[in-house]
Amino acid sequence: MTTGLLLLLSLLVGAAALIWLAGSDARACRIATPVVFGLLVLWMWQLACVGYHVPFVLLPPPSDIGVAIVTHVPMLAADFRQTVLRSVIPGWVIGSGAGLLAAIALDGSPFLRRGVLPLGSLVSAMPIVGIAPIMVMWFGFDWQSKAAVVVAMTFFPMLVNAGAGLAQTGAMEADLMRTYAAGYRTTLLKLRLPSALPFVFYALKLNATLALIGAIVAEFFGTPIVGMGFRISTEAARLDLGVVWAEIVIAAAVGTLSFALLSLLERAVTFWHPSYH
Amino acid sequence: MTRVVPVLCVLAVVIAVWFAASVPMNWSQAQALADDNATWTDIAEATQSLSRPLLPTPAQVADEMVTTLVGYPFNSPRSLLHHALVTAWESILGFALSLAAGIMLAVGIVHVRTLDRALMPWLVASQAIPVLAIAPMVVVVLGNIGLTGVLPKALIAAWLSFFPIAAGMVKGLRSSDIMQRDLLHTYNATTRQVFTKLRWPASLAFLFPAMKVAAPLALVGAIVAELPTGAQAGLGARLLTGSYYGLTLQIWAALLMAALLAMLAIGLVDAAQALLVRSRGGRL
Repeated sequence: MTTGLLLLLSLLVGAAALIWLAGSDARACRIATPVVFGLLVLWMWQLACVGYHVPFVLLPPPSDIGVAIVTHVPMLAADFRQTVLRSVIPGWVIGSGAGLLAAIALDGSPFLRRGVLPLGSLVSAMPIVGIAPIMVMWFGFDWQSKAAVVVAMTFFPMLVNAGAGLAQTGAMEADLMRTYAAGYRTTLLKLRLPSALPFVFYALKLNATLALIGAIVAEFFGTPIVGMGFRISTEAARLDLGVVWAEIVIAAAVGTLSFALLSLLERAVTFWHPSYH
Repeated sequence: MTRVVPVLCVLAVVIAVWFAASVPMNWSQAQALADDNATWTDIAEATQSLSRPLLPTPAQVADEMVTTLVGYPFNSPRSLLHHALVTAWESILGFALSLAAGIMLAVGIVHVRTLDRALMPWLVASQAIPVLAIAPMVVVVLGNIGLTGVLPKALIAAWLSFFPIAAGMVKGLRSSDIMQRDLLHTYNATTRQVFTKLRWPASLAFLFPAMKVAAPLALVGAIVAELPTGAQAGLGARLLTGSYYGLTLQIWAALLMAALLAMLAIGLVDAAQALLVRSRGGRL
């Protein structure tokens, strides 16, 4: 009864605060609105879980998730090292790098480009993560097989996007380069690669999420007893949801953080692009 | 013609490389199984027909596809068609759910300023979060409160395909020309009329590309959601049992089936788009 009232009260106050904040165009208000909304959701989640005695195995309150993060720091750090540092980052670098190199290699031949790019965009829409059991068979249970899945998942989006980016160069600029008697190499380095950069960054950001998903899901198919995906699947089966949520919070933080870092890098590298003016 | 020939050439090269790679990949296994006096041509031949090869040949995968698709009665657990339809049904349900929810949320965001300011940043941030990681937990928790079968998988599929649709739809509903909105304003059009006559028709050019992204995601969601329960049916279950028992042919056949389903999904969205374009006299 009192919980219901408290929830209703929080909802009303929160909604009023949000409407008031959203009414202003000030920069602080624009940032505050989503933050307040997030806090409101957390607060009502906590209130409902505690007030209605929601079983821990259904939905732990946010405070317990926080406690789980604090009390399991060494384990979470080991999982982070195994999944993010050993599988995600090498796989993401190799897959995206190979995709970019392949796109540049294809660029010389219109025939190959017309043959490979449609297939590439088809493959990047496929459930590639399903190759995880095959990679586990080929590369063993440890991080190598997870990195291989990540490579396969990140290669095609980069190939397709970088390919589209390289094909994007304006005819005027290309003509200008020709009047300078610039060769293929110079044109590629000074004109076409820079103008493809927004596409490359789009693929890098897309791949950051894909790489996390690939490594985590690949761990569902067998790992040494460490890793975020391993922890999520085993602790979910043991109904220790605090740890599961802790891993999810970390995965979400890694995802958003890498997205933010890549966005900053993109701004610094492609400052000339019209979308920033 | 100029579009099909290069694709076919590349495809032919891929299949040739695949055949060629299957010889060295399976060599040691074939050698271990061969007689002492087997020549190397015997071993090379044996690499093409192992029962649990490290890399099955395209011919073996095609053979496995055909036998498991038509060789068993439909309700048999060995029928690939049965598993494919289970997964397809879960994805379709999930996709329908996410389509409805995504469009409703987008309409809310476009019309209610508070929703826009409070939710839009979260919608953008959600693209960077590996939402698939929650799949095992959701399936286990829903199983705890008695929800098993299709629904948990459909919910995961919906959750995964929801964000592209909502984000695409917000963009689409805002894509109408400001001049045209002003024109409707001078006609004293109500919000509802602006929505049905301008915003909604203009948004479809964004909805279809979003659906093309979301439909394969729903499929991925359904497949991954089938893993944690040790699932009894579906392509995810085929992948899992295949990986437990080292049945490589079964894994490859399930993967190929998943790829075919994804292609079918994209094809259906394309067909719907083509129908719509025709009914609107040639443009979206």
